[in-house]
Amino acid sequence: MGTTIKIPEPASPFPGLGVENAQGLLQWISAVDHKIIGIMYLVTSVVFIVLGGVLALLMRIQLAVPMNHFLHPEAFNQFFTMHGTTMIFFVAMPAIFGYAVYFIPLMIGANEMAFPRLNAFGFWMTLFGGLLLYFSFVAGGAPDAGWFNYAPLNEKNYSFNHGIDYFSMGLLVSGIGSVVTSVNIIVTVLHYRIRGMALNKLPLFVWMIFVNSFLLLAAFPALNAALAMLLLDRELNAHFFNTANGGSALLWQHLFWIFGHPEVYIVILPAFGIFSEVFQVFSRKAIFGYAFVAASSVAIALLSFGVWAHHMFAVGFSNTVNSFFGASSMLIAIPTGVKIFNWIATMWGGKIHFTVSMLFAISFLIEFTIGGLTGVAFAMYPIDWQLTDTYYVVAHFHYVFIGGVVTGLLAGLFYWFPKITGKHLDEKAGRWFFWLFVIGFNGTFLIQHVLGMIGMPRRVYTYPNLPWYEVLNFISTVFSFVMGLSILLLVFIMRKAMRHGAPAGPDPWNAYTLEWATRTSPPPLKNFDDLPAVTGRRAWWDMKQSATTGTSQQASADAPQQPPTNPQPPTNPQPPTDPHPPTDPHPQNKNNDTI
Amino acid sequence: MTQSENRTMMQAVVYTEAFFFLCLIMSYIYLAYSTGFEPHDLSRLDIGTSGINTALLILSSFTLHLAERGYGRGNTRALKAWLIITLILGAIFLIGQGREYVKLIQDKITLESSVFGASFFTLTGFHGLHVFIGLVILSIMLTLAFLGDFNRPVATATAPADTAPTATAPADTAPAAQPAGSESPGPSASAGWQTDSASPAQPGGGALGTVAIYWHFVDIVWIVVFTVVYVLPQFTNI
Repeated sequence: MGTTIKIPEPASPFPGLGVENAQGLLQWISAVDHKIIGIMYLVTSVVFIVLGGVLALLMRIQLAVPMNHFLHPEAFNQFFTMHGTTMIFFVAMPAIFGYAVYFIPLMIGANEMAFPRLNAFGFWMTLFGGLLLYFSFVAGGAPDAGWFNYAPLNEKNYSFNHGIDYFSMGLLVSGIGSVVTSVNIIVTVLHYRIRGMALNKLPLFVWMIFVNSFLLLAAFPALNAALAMLLLDRELNAHFFNTANGGSALLWQHLFWIFGHPEVYIVILPAFGIFSEVFQVFSRKAIFGYAFVAASSVAIALLSFGVWAHHMFAVGFSNTVNSFFGASSMLIAIPTGVKIFNWIATMWGGKIHFTVSMLFAISFLIEFTIGGLTGVAFAMYPIDWQLTDTYYVVAHFHYVFIGGVVTGLLAGLFYWFPKITGKHLDEKAGRWFFWLFVIGFNGTFLIQHVLGMIGMPRRVYTYPNLPWYEVLNFISTVFSFVMGLSILLLVFIMRKAMRHGAPAGPDPWNAYTLEWATRTSPPPLKNFDDLPAVTGRRAWWDMKQSATTGTSQQASADAPQQPPTNPQPPTNPQPPTDPHPPTDPHPQNKNNDTI
Repeated sequence: MTQSENRTMMQAVVYTEAFFFLCLIMSYIYLAYSTGFEPHDLSRLDIGTSGINTALLILSSFTLHLAERGYGRGNTRALKAWLIITLILGAIFLIGQGREYVKLIQDKITLESSVFGASFFTLTGFHGLHVFIGLVILSIMLTLAFLGDFNRPVATATAPADTAPTATAPADTAPAAQPAGSESPGPSASAGWQTDSASPAQPGGGALGTVAIYWHFVDIVWIVVFTVVYVLPQFTNI
């Protein structure tokens, strides 16, 4: 054989990238460890949220005053298309998969995903899909037909530059990544659970991701089929969506929203899972109505396939069709409402710790309810006819996406950052971030409801100086910069914590699920050496309880705040092989500061 | 990697692929009612030839099943023979599809010519691609069979590690946490509590059964496609 390249095996779950280690980057690229891949997903998400956020701020500058000429109209179209596509496919999805592949094996007591190489493949497909999409900027113009890319605007005779082609290819590539990762997650959850962890004892985060994976596997094929047809239309002159030549532009809308509406739940269900963990741990109570939280996600997943046409009320279906889809859309509010009440009931009577993570969870309850109520309003199709394609729509879906999904991801970040890096995020700076973010977000989007109701259409690059338009848009722009500032602050907080954050022990929150049962934070490359069989739904909590009292108290609601002095029930026979030994010998002392 | 994990994986793949073909078939039906769909295009389809091809493809599912049964009995010769027949049947189907394509293109029915052309070639083309992928995988199976990967070890008691990977998975690749050794010695160390550790170790790691799920799925999809594209127009007047 010729020259052989030595592929470095990562020696730690968090290999350094410094110049002193010539193989630092190569260790990341060659990694198949689920924790390293999870971190790479999360970093991808952070990079793309900065890109997508900059696009949003540029649009807000353009809209700050009437008749502005800051952006060219064509650039504005490209920016809102790229903003939406980026935020859905390359911020929300990678962040969700990052948490999923990092924490699912840990939470079910496994040492790896079922197919580690497939896991790496899924990540790289997602990343390269994103790069392919962004390459369009230097290849003659980004896609400019909106994130849902309606026909016939997406056809060659209306969008003749290559932006839509890159859009289709990028989403196909990243879609393949999402599909294989979901397959991987399903097999992992079905086959790799620790003894005793029946499906009705899964942590709720795992439950949500598990349901979500089935939802994703059913929804993404519709997008992939539509994108394949679109590429055939554009590259080989087929006529699927070209109404002039006998095709059907409506077919694109049907296929896209058969994917698109489940996609909305694909990004919100994992956030629900994160909240279900955060509410439990920081209320010091087991979740209220575990079975209802789990089953209502299944209900949401099933219902999500019967509501797609509520995105299409304006195309002029018959009243029967409109009524059916209006009614089915309102049904979704029931399982979602069940969840909201379960979380409130979890907090009820609990010993609430107002950590930054919990603050985000509480703000979610309010913001997501606002987004949910405007959503129910849309299900009444006369209201939809009045408000469709106005800023009311923009306000609605930003309340569910930011107030729901991003808030969930941030709650997860403050909850799991100590586990991923071994360092605490600064809680005090975190509070500043929280308030800046919440004020910036609500300031930006709450008044957009009003803008929509007084008739401002979305996706226009500028507007005449009608009454109230200027002042409301200007307020919106100012607060959008507050939100942008808060994201900068978050990046700064994370950087500071990575360099000299307070060391977090293996279990800083005295938590309930098995990811906190690893010897160290970050967990060693081999997650667990041994774990006893699981008996209850709060696996790690039960183990800690039985270690102190000798009996399992799985249903104890008023749990003691302080963990037992030595919460490691099984003594580890092997000495730690991890190069990052536990930095804090007394992790419990940290609890007083941070909780 | 045990047999049941691979099977679950393939079942999940089939689940998502089913939705993919459902979208293509529903798009075909949707477009069949659109203005650009010309019924006389349908009359160019030769239901006789494609019917024979369909029968051969369905037959290939049975021959693959016979290959599996031969393999289950430890009869590697039957496995190889039925695999070869399955491959030939699949190849005949693909050749038949190719001949049909050539004929249609000579009749000026192409991807560009009409909505029928676009949706017909897309639907059957994606199915043909799946048949082709299936043939590639089956060829790999056949090669492995000739290389002896599916041979039963002579002495069943001491299976060598390379022919029976499921039985003797090395401990360091064990994916899940080991049960606490001293307190609860459990047999299901490698893959959680619910895996089929009781099932007999099969040479080849059960790859054949996993491939068979895919192949049967491709056949079933074709039955639906054939019904929608070739049979139903005989009874309707679209």
